[in-house]
Amino acid sequence: MSVAASNSTRISKRFAELRASAELGIVTYITAGDPSLDATLRFVLTLAEAGADVIELGVPFSDPLADGPTIQRASERALKSGATLAGVLDLVRRIRKSSQVPLVLFSYYNPILQMGLEKFASAAASAGADGVLATDLTPEESEDYRRIMRLHNLDTIFLGAPTSTDERLAKIAGCSSGFLYLISRTGVTGAKDSLPDDLPALLRRARSVTVLPIAVGFGISLPGHVSVLGGLADAAVVGSALVSEIEKAKSVDAAATALAERVRSLKEAARHGLSRREVAP
Amino acid sequence: MSSILQSSTTAPGRFGPYGGRYVPETLMVPLFELERAYEAAKSDASFQSRFHDLLKNFAGRPTPLQFASRLTEKLGGPRIYLKREDLLHTGAHKINNAIGQGLLAVKMGKPRIVAETGAGQHGVASATVAAHLGLECVVYMGTEDMARQALNVARMRMVGTQVIGVESGSRTLKDAINEAMRDWVTNVRNTHYLLGSVLGAHPYPTMVRDFQAVIGREAREQILAAEKRLPTHLFACVGGGSNSIGLFHQFLGDASVKMIGIEAGGRGAGLGEHAARLAARQGFSGARPGVLQGTYTYVLQNEDGQIATTHSISAGLDYPAIGPEHAWLADQRRAEYSAVSDQAALDAARLLSRTEGIIPALESAHAIAGLVERLPQFKKDDLVILNLSGRGDKDMDTYSRLL
Ligand SMILES: Cc1ncc(COP(=O)(O)O)c(C=O)c1O
Repeated sequence: MSVAASNSTRISKRFAELRASAELGIVTYITAGDPSLDATLRFVLTLAEAGADVIELGVPFSDPLADGPTIQRASERALKSGATLAGVLDLVRRIRKSSQVPLVLFSYYNPILQMGLEKFASAAASAGADGVLATDLTPEESEDYRRIMRLHNLDTIFLGAPTSTDERLAKIAGCSSGFLYLISRTGVTGAKDSLPDDLPALLRRARSVTVLPIAVGFGISLPGHVSVLGGLADAAVVGSALVSEIEKAKSVDAAATALAERVRSLKEAARHGLSRREVAP
Repeated sequence: MSSILQSSTTAPGRFGPYGGRYVPETLMVPLFELERAYEAAKSDASFQSRFHDLLKNFAGRPTPLQFASRLTEKLGGPRIYLKREDLLHTGAHKINNAIGQGLLAVKMGKPRIVAETGAGQHGVASATVAAHLGLECVVYMGTEDMARQALNVARMRMVGTQVIGVESGSRTLKDAINEAMRDWVTNVRNTHYLLGSVLGAHPYPTMVRDFQAVIGREAREQILAAEKRLPTHLFACVGGGSNSIGLFHQFLGDASVKMIGIEAGGRGAGLGEHAARLAARQGFSGARPGVLQGTYTYVLQNEDGQIATTHSISAGLDYPAIGPEHAWLADQRRAEYSAVSDQAALDAARLLSRTEGIIPALESAHAIAGLVERLPQFKKDDLVILNLSGRGDKDMDTYSRLL
């Protein structure tokens, strides 16, 4: 119970620290089990050490319809390596032996549903996960889910989208804890060259309905994106860019090195972005 | 309306516990918009008259209800009538829904439609409707299905549709739906997703059923005119479940009418060998309620909630989930579901071809095989309507290789 009680505070604490230092957070996503759960353990510890503020662990799913080709291929590799939701929860337990980095489980709904909401929540909490995000679950269908996750002190993170009305953004934020995850563009996950022009307006709309920290994701890969977000969001989510480093690398060692470099340069841009924010009126 | 009809929908988009709306947030507002447009269209006289005009003059409705005299004689069981959806323009019932949703796309001001297809019939229907209405059309199709339904790929291209092959998963219908949804979520502001069966998030299962319900409305009138009584049994094949629910819906309130949905039993009962989601009592393994592609329903999956691959000789039935209303009808025992093998379907296709001179689609052949396997259970004066959902042109390659 003492472990569970501390869960929901790790994410909030990290965002509070970031706010205090007026620094943009870096949320990193990798698919658990790509190419193996042992490798993922190594990657998570590397990412945390390089400065990742929150780590999203993707639970591989056979039909990742919200994901672009990069994460689709990662899911396939992870499933081929034998990764399951139970295996990912065990990985969380192993991570917690040496790191207190905030951890979010990022899954499609069906694997969670098949494990059973109660069983999943209690296993995730006792393993040391901090929050859960189910890509294909919206406020409307999530009453039981939210009640049960809260009971186990797990943050429930929901997605806001460019197509969401102000009213929906308020509803989504109302169902979220830890942070609000704002999707930068209509589309699936995947690295893009530029941020959409209407992103600042979307962020303003979200700000006006919630005091939760806001992380922006989908299509963010470059330090330049992070600098731009510095004055606007609380965190940037980087996923496909990291996953493709893992895909490209010749070995787990090489992948870990590449991930660390990526996160350091993003973090640098994030700290740099801080000066922009300070000079901004 | 009948009590079953009312109780079968407990909340908007729910059929008992099944159905719902499990999609990425980006699609929620577009789904609300679609639901509103659809609700408004129901009482919009100009929409309805356009819809009925196209059903009649573009698609060729009403379709005949034909007494299958030689099949009836040969089987020596019930009197059998065939609802001839195979005679429709493009060759299957899919056109009914494609016309309805195509008109909705126009009404919503969406110039582009995307669709998935398995057997290619829904793709061809969407493609022709798009051409007819002046819409841009992109169809996603698994490469396995493109190979086995090559004729339909050519037909889609002929009318100006872009057909995009899908290489992921088992390269069949489920994978095509994933890809169509990825396109939709990306281009949602100018694109309507023309989903081809009673699957997906609300309002699709209800809306597609309503567009297909014309099958049962016509059939009920036609059988009463021909036989002065209601049928005792309805038969239809069940992929996602649109031609079957289209036939069943108008009879739900008639307690004496038994409804039998026939699934694809493939080449065995083990997970991966079949596409039987509701025929568990025949020993088909792996189906449990779960969420796939927007809806909560029976899904073929493994213990970890990963969706199973499926097998059927029929591309249109080769799918791991079933429309949520069927899940509810099965739980309520209002409809019965059983599965027949690839081989039984092939035999049934030959039987119908040789007794009636009608070459059925492989999907529809499953319904015939289901009727044949049930022969010992019929009483002499039983009266059957079997939905002949499509014609066999697209399957001639398979037929000429395997028969
Ligand atoms: C001729 C025909 N019948 C049946 C089906 C199965 O779909 P449903 O169960 O939605 O009617 C298809 C699907 O491609 C088809 O082409």
